[in-house]
Amino acid sequence: MKEITGAKIVLETLKYLGVKDIFGYPGGAVIPIYDALYDFEGLQHYMARHEQGAVHSADGYARTKKVPGVCLATSGPGATNLVTGIMTAHMDSIPLLVITGQVSTSFLGKDSFQESDIIGITSPITKNNYLVRDIFQLPDILKEAYILSKHGRPGPVLVDIPKNIQEQKIDYDKFKNLLEKDIKKINKFKSLYEENEILEFQKLFNSSKKPVLVVGGGVLNGDCVKEVREFVERTKIPVVSTLMGLGIFNKDDEKYFGMIGMHGLVEANRAVDECDLLICVGMRFDDRIVGDKSKFSPNSKKIHIEIDRAEINKNILVDLPIVGDAKDILKQTLELDLKDDFETWSESFKREDVTDEKDLNQISTLNMLNEILDERYIVVTDVGQHQMFTAQHLDIKKPFQFCTSGGAGTMGYGLPAAIGAKVANPDKKVIAILGDGGFQMNQQELILLAQYNLPVKVLIFNNGALGMVKQWQELFNNKRYSSVILDINPDFVKLANAHYVEGEKIENIHNLKRLKDILEDDNPYLVDIQMSYEHNVYPIIPAGKSFEHTIGGE
Amino acid sequence: MEAKRILLVMKNKPGVLNKISGLFQKRGINIENITAGEGYPEETVRMTITGFWDDYTLNQVIVQAEKLFDVEFIKSFSKESVLRELVLVKVQVDSKSRQELLQILDIYRGSVVDVGLESLIIEITGDIGKIDGFLKLVKNFNILEIARTGVSAMTRGLGV
Ligand SMILES: Cc1ncc(C[n+]2csc(CCOP(=O)(O)OP(=O)(O)O)c2C)c(N)n1
Repeated sequence: MKEITGAKIVLETLKYLGVKDIFGYPGGAVIPIYDALYDFEGLQHYMARHEQGAVHSADGYARTKKVPGVCLATSGPGATNLVTGIMTAHMDSIPLLVITGQVSTSFLGKDSFQESDIIGITSPITKNNYLVRDIFQLPDILKEAYILSKHGRPGPVLVDIPKNIQEQKIDYDKFKNLLEKDIKKINKFKSLYEENEILEFQKLFNSSKKPVLVVGGGVLNGDCVKEVREFVERTKIPVVSTLMGLGIFNKDDEKYFGMIGMHGLVEANRAVDECDLLICVGMRFDDRIVGDKSKFSPNSKKIHIEIDRAEINKNILVDLPIVGDAKDILKQTLELDLKDDFETWSESFKREDVTDEKDLNQISTLNMLNEILDERYIVVTDVGQHQMFTAQHLDIKKPFQFCTSGGAGTMGYGLPAAIGAKVANPDKKVIAILGDGGFQMNQQELILLAQYNLPVKVLIFNNGALGMVKQWQELFNNKRYSSVILDINPDFVKLANAHYVEGEKIENIHNLKRLKDILEDDNPYLVDIQMSYEHNVYPIIPAGKSFEHTIGGE
Repeated sequence: MEAKRILLVMKNKPGVLNKISGLFQKRGINIENITAGEGYPEETVRMTITGFWDDYTLNQVIVQAEKLFDVEFIKSFSKESVLRELVLVKVQVDSKSRQELLQILDIYRGSVVDVGLESLIIEITGDIGKIDGFLKLVKNFNILEIARTGVSAMTRGLGV
């Protein structure tokens, strides 16, 4: 009789689901799965150097390939090292299937070696999680978890598998039947809107004089970029984006006025502030966008198109919620008779031209990148000033071309996520824009560039400081620069060399031209770009304040 | 603030109670009491959760819980629903107080479930008003222990 182990079931089920790549790190409680991987065909495993690297890579993979990212770690410390990455994906609604090993069922709950209650730990930051107690449920659970991760509003799902279940064997034919059996239909996140709400939409729209459309990450998740673009073309209303929605529109779109929020562009925030109708699609009124609740878009009626009913009225009370699949809803609105005489209103916003920079700094570097980057590129950032500079100044051309940790703001995200993005998109050119602080949080992942020959370009915006925190201390804490100056940093080029990656320093603005050659080349490369820590990101609206408190700049 | 009550039906799996309590914990929302037991059909758990919440919080609890994968049904109870709680009270008695207590118990249609030489365990079920009223009266006796189950509720009529 042919038999199959639990470990092999995991791999066969992943393959059956269409998974091609997984990111992981081995350990005692997943040895059986790694053993099964040793000569398994059809799954490529990428060995991170820290579990946090593995989960961020899976996240970058998911964000840029539009399929769930998969990662694997051992029990206890392996599993807890995933927590930051799971939370990062949860905050931005990114589909992940996270598989952890667990101590054998007979050791559960006894503070056994490398035991952690990862189910308890990750409950608040996963859509669901499972402790597998019965090998016959393993295929179903994995299938359900995978599908659940991308269902409705996507997010991470964790499956914890005790070692004895990985080792247990069952009859192969029985497994085959389980594998091919359909799982029960998942029925969360239903469309709940009714026709009269679409009519109400029309009424509000046609009676408005100053409408604005806000697009969020839900537009990307909900696969309705085409529909929102059509909506704007038809109605000619101004459109702005959240951080997670960057790439849906770009600089060439006449009606697009950029990112809103704390570091949003003044014109974009002004549009939200002055409008009389705010149509929000796939966004959740994060406090970094809303600021002072009582003063957020004070004169507008608000329409909220959203798949997750729990987001309705959570942060901001809206006048018309429309709960359901944004693509369906937008299609219906496109069939309505809608006004399109908003030309004068749109024209009242003129976009700021980017000033000519004489210095080597974040903006001049991004200006140079704008000359180089086209649709072949994917840009991943870490978290801090460089991230906000990039969000403001980089002309992102296409959806899914930009990848950043928004809701969680996770430092250390950029490098591993870029690795995931490159694995997911071998034909794209991936560049990672990192701060000198955040790079040091997961710099060990550099070795993957050499090991797997991943030609990722790592650009360090090296300002010798934890810039974003320094900026806050400067503006709001009397320049008391407590623990933010990185007066000693590693030699990043040497560090790259030690990881078999070539690199160089750029120390003045004239050498920025070098980036053209560097980015065209097909090898991994690190560029340490020297900047002064004097440069702050403007505009900034202080936390909890409103548009009228915008601080414009130096 | 008035007490609000919700009905929650979940799949009967290990850890589901944890997921519910985590949802409250994460948002700093207090639970006044919670009753849970096997539901009907048997593969579900039925819970009644009570708290002193404003309407916003009640709504958040409902929509957030609804998202949990194992939650099958959730709603808030109206004031007209049937609400019941069971209370056990252990009282130290002498011959005089024993008589008085039995009289009160009779009026409230409670019953004695354990008789000792110097103690009684009494049981009473009822709606909140009745239980509160009863407990107020027995507080004049020498109470040794009180065990309340928390409120269990059901909607009147044919609907759930
Ligand atoms: C894991 C983590 N720890 C701390 C922070 C707080 N934080 C936000 S931005 C920032 C500074 C980032 O510095 P750097 O990486 O050098 O980038 P820069 O702001 O200078 O561009 C810090 C410490 C964070 N976001 N994530």
